Amino acid sequence: MTGVRVLVGTRKGAFVLTADGKRDQWKVSGPHFSGWEIYHLKGSPADPDRIYASQSSGWSGQVIQRSDDGGVSFQPVGNQFSYDGTPGTHQWYDGTPHPWEFARVWHLEPALDDPDTVYAGVEDAGLFKSGDGGQSWHELAGLRGHGSGSSWQPGAGGMCLHTIILDPATASRMFAAISAAGAFRSDDGGQTWRPVNRGLQSEGIPDPDAEVGHCVHRIAMHPSRPEVLYMQKHWDVMRTDDAGETWREISGNLPTDFGFPIDVHAHEPETIYVVPITSDSEHFPPEGKLRVYRSRSGGDEWEPLTNGLPQQHCYVNVLRDAMAVDSLDDCGIYFGTTGGQVYASADSGDHWAPIVRDLPAVLSVEVQTLP
Amino acid sequence: MIRVVLPAHLRRLAGINGEVRLDIAGVVSQRSVLDAIECRYPMLRGTIRDQDSQRRRAFIRFFACEEDLSHEEPDASLPDAVASGAEPYLIVGAMAGG
Repeated sequence: MTGVRVLVGTRKGAFVLTADGKRDQWKVSGPHFSGWEIYHLKGSPADPDRIYASQSSGWSGQVIQRSDDGGVSFQPVGNQFSYDGTPGTHQWYDGTPHPWEFARVWHLEPALDDPDTVYAGVEDAGLFKSGDGGQSWHELAGLRGHGSGSSWQPGAGGMCLHTIILDPATASRMFAAISAAGAFRSDDGGQTWRPVNRGLQSEGIPDPDAEVGHCVHRIAMHPSRPEVLYMQKHWDVMRTDDAGETWREISGNLPTDFGFPIDVHAHEPETIYVVPITSDSEHFPPEGKLRVYRSRSGGDEWEPLTNGLPQQHCYVNVLRDAMAVDSLDDCGIYFGTTGGQVYASADSGDHWAPIVRDLPAVLSVEVQTLP
Repeated sequence: MIRVVLPAHLRRLAGINGEVRLDIAGVVSQRSVLDAIECRYPMLRGTIRDQDSQRRRAFIRFFACEEDLSHEEPDASLPDAVASGAEPYLIVGAMAGG
C-alpha cells in the first residue's frame, strides 16, 4: 500500500487530494467541474482508475462524469434517469401527496467486482443501476414500488436515497437508506425490497415506531461483518447485529445523538466514528467544539477525539457522505465540513490536521487506498 | 386538562420546559388548542399558523394517537384521549424543516 487518493465533492466543484502512505504531504488538484455541485465521487473497488462523479446544477440538472485514469480526466456519460412506469406520489413535507420528480444523484456506488457496474441513489428517492460504465441507467423499481413509497417524505436535504451498501459476502444482498423513509434490504440483487427498521423510534412521524418514515442519515458496514450495520439517524445512533432485522440504540455517552456521518475503522469492526451535531435545528457542533467521537466497543461507550480539531468558535456541519476511511495499516480517517475544511487523521483519529482549509462547502469525501 | 408537546425550537422561543397543560372550556379542537397556546404564549403567534389566514405553516405537523391530524378541519373535535389528557397533542416540526 503506497498511497491514498481523497475524492472531495463540494458545492462548487470537485477536488482530488493525493498523498503517499505517510499522509502528511498533500497534492491538491481541482476544482474539477468548477461551479457545479458535486454531490459525490467514488472509485471502483475493482479498478481504482475508474471513478464516477455526480455533477449537477439548478440551471442544468444532472450530469454523470466518469474517469478512467484515476481522476486526471473525466468524460460525461449517461444522465437519463427515468423512473420505471408511472412514478406516482410520495408525501410532501406538509403531508400532502407530491409527484415523484427526479432532482439529482446523491450517491454513486460502484460494484465490488465490476468497474462497469454502478448504482445511483437519487432524489426523489429511487435506486438506479448501470451495467455499461454509466452510459445507460435503469431503475431498480422494486424499492420505490414495494408498497410504502406513498408515505415517504423529504428530510431537510430533500427526499434522497443517500446510502447504498453492497454485501461483500452475499452478492445478492444490498442495503439502501432514504431520508425520510428508513433502511431497506434486498436479498435478490435489488429486484425486491423490504423495510428493515424495527427498533427505530422517531418523533417526526405520527407513529414513532412505524415500519417506514424514519429519517436515517447514514449507515455503515465493516466488510468482515456484513450482518452488523451502524446507523446515524436524525436523532439516535443505532446498531443491528442481524442485517437490519432489529436495531438497538448505542448512543451511550455521546453529548448529542444527532448527526450525519458514521463510519467504521478499516481493521477494527467494532471501532466506529460519528460527529455529534447539536440538534435538528442547530447544525453545528455542541459548544463550538469540533469533536469526532470514537467507540472501540461497537457503541455505547464513546471518547472525544479533539487533537488538531478546532475547540472554540467552530460552527460548521459535517454532512452524511463526508466521512471516509482508508485501509492502510494505520487506518486513516477523513472528513469534510460545510466550512470547506477537509481533515485527515493517519492514526485512527488520535491526531488530526487539515489537508485543505478553504474549499467550498464539502458535500462528500471518499478515499481510495492505492497499491 | 389538555397536554400539548411543542417542538424544541418553539419551547426555547417561549421558555417552556416539558409539556404545556391547558384547560379548555367547550369543544376541544385544533383551533381552540392553538388559540389557548397563543393566548398564554403570545411569542408563538405566527410560528405555528399564519396570523392572518390561520393556516398551518407548511413545515409544522399535528399528530395525536399515532395519527396525522395536519389536514383535519381546525374546528373538528380532537380525539377523546386528547381531550381527557390521556394522550398528548403533538405539534411537530417536519423533518424537512431542520
